[in-house]
Amino acid sequence: MNKPFAPSAPVDMARERAAGIRDIMPVMVAAAPIGLLFGALCAGKGLSPAEAGLMSVLVFAGGAQFAALELWTWPVPIATLAFSTLLINARHILMGASLAPKMRSFSLGQKLAGFYVLTDESWALAERRAKDRPLTPAYWFAVAGLLPLSWVGATIAGAVLGSFLGDPARIGADFAFTALFIGLIAGFWNGRVSAAAIGASAAVSAATYFAFGPPWHVAAGALTGIAAAYVAAPAGEEPPEAA
Amino acid sequence: MTIDPTTLAAILAMAVITYLTRIAGIFLVGRLALSGRAKAAFDAIPPAVLVAVIAPTALATGWPETLAALVTAVAATRLPLLATIAVGVASVVLLRMIAG
Repeated sequence: MNKPFAPSAPVDMARERAAGIRDIMPVMVAAAPIGLLFGALCAGKGLSPAEAGLMSVLVFAGGAQFAALELWTWPVPIATLAFSTLLINARHILMGASLAPKMRSFSLGQKLAGFYVLTDESWALAERRAKDRPLTPAYWFAVAGLLPLSWVGATIAGAVLGSFLGDPARIGADFAFTALFIGLIAGFWNGRVSAAAIGASAAVSAATYFAFGPPWHVAAGALTGIAAAYVAAPAGEEPPEAA
Repeated sequence: MTIDPTTLAAILAMAVITYLTRIAGIFLVGRLALSGRAKAAFDAIPPAVLVAVIAPTALATGWPETLAALVTAVAATRLPLLATIAVGVASVVLLRMIAG
């Protein structure tokens, strides 16, 4: 990577940072209760607040963390958790490939550090901003770098509080996962193709779980769902439209 | 503050894989132009995985869970995420009470 070229007009770093903070604030507020829930469910699975907090710091990917917790058993199935994480986070590869060319004033080190905190939300905000002005490190590190404070803080608080709640099934909290995932899945809905993927994945996962038990249901369901999307999508160069 | 070694290993494995997915795009710029069916299959990965994770709870636990999942899915089409979770949790508690 070359050194960043000097922009013709000087960029007001303070203003860039303020714009980033303004954009990420609502996301930080929304992430707090989800983080509390994650922490409480960690406690229900027998993870300590330190372990829950460490996972939020080091992994920092909500969907993959919730999936790992749902698959969490003792002894810990490391390979299953790693594979599930890879499948859920594979979308980052495309997100990064789309955003990286728009980070022209970033050094390689800034990109490598900045992408540690890449999330769906900060990616979407940065893509939106890059449409009408250059993306600056000051903006990115405010937008992407502040969100972990909310997520990690809420995780630890939830894990501490959750250990006082007792059996999560008593208040229906064990179903919170399922409800959360259904809500997340709805965000990926794009019509016929996603319906095929979701239906195929659900049927094969449940059948595999019934026949063989965990952990094979995740890989079997997910791969069938992905294949169903491939088959359901129109062949040709155009990306699929919502049907 | 206890950290179990196996738990730490699992967290580290997840962390390394996640970071690799995050930075891979930097090195793939211009070489990764998915279109058509390949793009549709790639886009379907997150929902397909999420569904596969919850399908046993939603479909193979009991009728209260299955019905609550349906109620939650309807709620998800018109409510924000937290409200969707609240509806899901409330309906499963109610339906389990009915089931006894």
